[in-house]
Amino acid sequence: MKHLLAIDDLSADDIHRLLELTDHMVEISSRPIPKVPALRGKNVVSLFFEDSTRTRTSFDTAAKRLSADTMNFAVSSSSVSKGESLRDTIETIAAMGVDAFVVRHRSSGAPEMITRWTNASIINAGDGWHQHPTQALLDCYTIRTGLNRRDGFDGLHIAIVGDIRHSRVARSDVQAFAALGARVTLVAPPTLLPPSLEGWPVEVSHDLDALLPDLDVLYLLRVQRERMDDALLPSLHEYSSLYGLTDARAARLAPHALVMHPGPMNRGVEMVADPGELPGSVILNQVTNGVAVRMAVLFWLLGSGGDLSEAS
Amino acid sequence: MGLRTVLTADDVRRALTRIAHEIVERNQGVHGLAVVGLQRGGVWMARELAALLSAIDPQHEVPLGSLDVSFHRDDVGLRPIVPASVTDIAGSLDGRIIVLVDDVLFTGRTVRAALEALNEYGRPSAVQLAVLVDRGHRELPIRPDFVGKNLPTSREELVVATAEGVTIQ
Repeated sequence: MKHLLAIDDLSADDIHRLLELTDHMVEISSRPIPKVPALRGKNVVSLFFEDSTRTRTSFDTAAKRLSADTMNFAVSSSSVSKGESLRDTIETIAAMGVDAFVVRHRSSGAPEMITRWTNASIINAGDGWHQHPTQALLDCYTIRTGLNRRDGFDGLHIAIVGDIRHSRVARSDVQAFAALGARVTLVAPPTLLPPSLEGWPVEVSHDLDALLPDLDVLYLLRVQRERMDDALLPSLHEYSSLYGLTDARAARLAPHALVMHPGPMNRGVEMVADPGELPGSVILNQVTNGVAVRMAVLFWLLGSGGDLSEAS
Repeated sequence: MGLRTVLTADDVRRALTRIAHEIVERNQGVHGLAVVGLQRGGVWMARELAALLSAIDPQHEVPLGSLDVSFHRDDVGLRPIVPASVTDIAGSLDGRIIVLVDDVLFTGRTVRAALEALNEYGRPSAVQLAVLVDRGHRELPIRPDFVGKNLPTSREELVVATAEGVTIQ
């Protein structure tokens, strides 16, 4: 494996291997000195054409824990704002010697396009509405450890609630959860569902309250305020009253159920209850696991020769 | 080439018992010792040694850990990472005497990686190396403190060491 562009490039076996490798990375992160020399001499460049604090910081931390050199490329302070094309930007930076680009771009497919212009590995850190594969992997790892399901998600019922239509997180999560065997239900008003769900391994519901007691995982997506302007939602208040996680709804979840959110949260919209008070909230675990999962991805692409097969 | 048995299960048991006594003699007891097995071949041997040490001096429990050196190797990428061989070291190693345990000592590169990895868990007061088999062909200036058996081999031979015995293939 040379690039990580989308979850459906991975087999269920690949996902399991990456999650097992993540166990090692969690252990490294728990050491008094959480740093190993595995990627010494490798150069990892973050190219974020769209704002992001947590994903960029998470990749940066991951690369540093593996002793890779890191370089951050902020678009506002770069030649891109002087009109340089994406291709010229990539070719220029690649000429300095880059082993991996971590790319976030508002256009779906931009990371795949970049693979044609450089020999470096490309890691998709979110492209348009398309994919955010490392988010899905860290979500899988969080469920795997939170519910102690090392062997897969058979029999688990996961609801993803919110703006599915514009969500790359939802697209990656659906593929990853389904690949591991979970039953996935999408919950959203019809305007926030994709126009076609053909080929999606999911069920659809508009009634969160009916589902709550049956869920093992309640996954809330951020509802972007811009959607009001597109007239996809009558009001945030209405969304909140139908789909927001209130204390009353949280009380109807099964005791073991996990509550997850990719961040950043809109308090009072999709998250009405105080997440710090929810016993099932693993939202901060997601952030912690994000670093370990990204270490696993970086090591897989740059350190293992792309081969994680078991030793004989 | 066939399978040649070098040590039987009884030989292995006797060698480990002797090593345990040598460790106690060298360190004047087991106080302050911790036994750390290298993933994966050294783990079973470290477990046996820790049990033998505790039996010799029941006053003190000897802590047992395991160390995965995959991410510290100088040949990272040439060897696959084995799942379910995660390092398990509880607490700091500051001031302890660490007995590093591996089944077979060969080039010494694994031990070099282990010494580097250990540093990240603290500063042991000393590190000693116990191996069941020293098969020679060192590529680094590393020597064991406790050896079950010195075994002349050719580089191409494969040495397999378990509690059930040691064989050369």
